[in-house]
Amino acid sequence: MTLQQDIKADTWTVAGRTFTSRLIVGTGKYKNFEENAAAVEASGAEIVTVAVRRVNIADPNQPMLTDFIDPKKVTYLPNTAGCFTAEEAIRTLRLAREAGGWNLVKLEVLGEAKTLYPDMRETLRATEQLVKEGFEPMVYCVDDPIAAKQLEEAGAVAIMPLGAPIGSGLGLQNLVTIRLIVEGANVPVLVDAGVGTASDAAEAMELGCDGVLMNTAIAEAKNPVVMARAMKAAVEAGRLAYLAGRMQKRRYADPSSPLAGLI
Amino acid sequence: MAEILGETVAVRVNGEPKSVPAGLTIAALLREIGINPQKVAVERNLEIVARSTLDSVHVQNGDSFEIVHFVGGG
Repeated sequence: MTLQQDIKADTWTVAGRTFTSRLIVGTGKYKNFEENAAAVEASGAEIVTVAVRRVNIADPNQPMLTDFIDPKKVTYLPNTAGCFTAEEAIRTLRLAREAGGWNLVKLEVLGEAKTLYPDMRETLRATEQLVKEGFEPMVYCVDDPIAAKQLEEAGAVAIMPLGAPIGSGLGLQNLVTIRLIVEGANVPVLVDAGVGTASDAAEAMELGCDGVLMNTAIAEAKNPVVMARAMKAAVEAGRLAYLAGRMQKRRYADPSSPLAGLI
Repeated sequence: MAEILGETVAVRVNGEPKSVPAGLTIAALLREIGINPQKVAVERNLEIVARSTLDSVHVQNGDSFEIVHFVGGG
């Protein structure tokens, strides 16, 4: 196979759906729908996360996300952002399934507003119930290899550990636990939250993650469309570096030019 | 059930109290508010209303509706 064929054949599959892009982007915090749509386009993402909220009945004719990002072309992944109990999250996703007509969803159950850290007891409980109801939940979770295993056993179709708190842009805080989760998982692992710039995304992919999910790193960049393109390149670069297999680190120098034949 | 002239029922829509003509289907209620029933999901008294039944389920006095759609989010 040629390099081009290798790259083309490098897809990933979640709950029976196969994707080429390993970058999932959020659709929050953009200045306007036009900028959001342009950033999604530049990112090459095939999946976008969306939230479920009340229609403004005082002004129901406001522009809608679906007018700018076509759910027939890009997979909408409804989330449960803002839910602090399993019941709230399940209720939200039942509505999302009715609004969109699909079972693939992103579950997140938050523990507190300050850190937006996941509440794993509620998250596990919600995962079990959602799976019983036929959902295919991709689950936002702590970077804990045991919790990740428990979610997988409960039927999570993807494990999505945080790299750092949501919206913080701090980059991956615990490379060891992310790697352990990747090594132990039989479902896709995606770093969700905490990415701040392109090198963070590349780092996640170099660890062997199947993908990266981000929102704020693109939406709050000075130029979101250019950052979206940078993230696309970073995810691809990190993935290729992982596939290529990096060199071993050495403690000291090793010359690249031959020592023999020196004048 | 036909629409009965002049009679109204009291409901809540997304937390707001509303008085609407008696005998409306949920789809008709949505259109009355200005919402395309194909673009939203509806919960009635905490139960999902399947989109395929919006045209046949009638609004009852005291019903509480949540009408939601997808918005930008991470």
